[in-house]
Amino acid sequence: MTNWGFHIAKSRIIDMDTADLGVYRKVAAKVPSAKLCLMCGACTASCTARNHTPFNLRKNHLLFRHGQFKGLAKEFDKCMLCGKCRLVCPRGVNTRALIYNMRMALDNLNYTRIKK
Amino acid sequence: MTAVDVLVIGGGPAGLESAYSLANNGYDVAVLEKEKNICGHLNQAHSLFPNFQNASEVRSAMIDKMTHPKISIHNDTEAIRIKRDIDKWGVETGSGKEFMAPALLLATGFKSFDPKYKEELGYGIYDNVITTTQFEAMCQKGSIVSPHGQKVKRIAFLNCVGSRDEKVGNHYCSRVCCINAVKQSIEAKKVLPEADIYCFYMDIRMAGQFYEELYRKSQEVYNVNYIRGRISEVSPTIDKRLHVKCEDTLSQTPMKITFDILVLMTGIEASLGTVALGQQLNISGEYNFAKSLSLHMADNYSSHKGLFLAGTCKRPLTLPEAVADARSAAGEIKNYLKTLKQ
Ligand code: SF4
Ligand code: SF4
Ligand code: SF4
Repeated sequence: MTNWGFHIAKSRIIDMDTADLGVYRKVAAKVPSAKLCLMCGACTASCTARNHTPFNLRKNHLLFRHGQFKGLAKEFDKCMLCGKCRLVCPRGVNTRALIYNMRMALDNLNYTRIKK
Repeated sequence: MTAVDVLVIGGGPAGLESAYSLANNGYDVAVLEKEKNICGHLNQAHSLFPNFQNASEVRSAMIDKMTHPKISIHNDTEAIRIKRDIDKWGVETGSGKEFMAPALLLATGFKSFDPKYKEELGYGIYDNVITTTQFEAMCQKGSIVSPHGQKVKRIAFLNCVGSRDEKVGNHYCSRVCCINAVKQSIEAKKVLPEADIYCFYMDIRMAGQFYEELYRKSQEVYNVNYIRGRISEVSPTIDKRLHVKCEDTLSQTPMKITFDILVLMTGIEASLGTVALGQQLNISGEYNFAKSLSLHMADNYSSHKGLFLAGTCKRPLTLPEAVADARSAAGEIKNYLKTLKQ
């Protein structure tokens, strides 16, 4: 078939009515401090992985909250669980436990992680 | 003609608190209230932030204070014309009564922004778009229901309706609505523990003792969801729920979500009385709030001798702030009346 260069763009809108918001609820039940995140970005700013990759804990946490899991597993794999972010969080979010539990949840959902 | 020491225009919390303080100092005070009942906007409150004290307790305490023998309350009495006679202020009311006193206190308060001017939010078009005042009435009844009878599963609160918005001519922040949205989100969860609560904000402004802690509690204990983004558009779904669009600015992605009820956190504007009397007295300042003589040094004074200002006729204030300002006004009036005697 001839490729005319046209394609249908997928919707970028977060649709909260179809999103699976229950996954985050389960994670938040395990790591209750996650609910306290203010989205201040201090974690992202201090993150060692962030210095060399586009990994953004704050933003990915938010997308996870809103049930937007696509691409997240690969992102969270960039985290070394070093815990530096936890030192700067003004709301005492247990960021390492949060990332770990989000990873586990994504594993259960069979989202592709970085190939070993 | 009724002659007293101090005339208070406005029987809301500020006017009443000033009246009580002055009466306790031995002055005869007349309070002119245009409505049937005193206590102003407090009559529409169910519970008060940050401690969820029942508003009726505060109302009864205020009403009790008004039994002071030095205070006369005049309900259904709207001040229409104000005249300055040498050392006295004269007030004519809509019902044709006349009052006179050496000191006049303006405590004419605020009104809530009318959200019909924000047509895109659907107030007055869709029944389940309501104001914060209407939501408070639901909390008072202890039943939060959708006008269409559906089970209420999701409620949205939208901050800054009529505030921080050039489109309606109000550049300022109304200061109380963020705190009130957090309070009402918690109230919503108390009535409907299973419901999902969303609060849409541009900034969460929780300045003041215990307010930030209330915000934290709403997240930690009540699972309230905060979305940073202003709702740009509301439309009905086929089952008469509300389809809401905004940008989730923190993930830089557009968002859509359906609600059973949308609560508009309407801002504070100068009341009609504040506007009318302020213009008559030539003390109207920014956004038609009454202008004090000096914000830092003489905030209860106006540019006229013997005319004082208290409470939200000057600017948006929380209830404790308005009441504290009223006590301070009473102190200034006392000093003024003393200088007249000398
Ligand atoms: S734990 Fe992960 S997210 Fe936190 S600073 Fe270390 S690498 Fe970054
Ligand atoms: S530092 Fe803490 S509060 Fe700030 S974005 Fe990161 S997790 Fe959230
Ligand atoms: S207090 Fe909050 S909701 Fe009210 S105008 Fe200010 S920022 Fe907006």
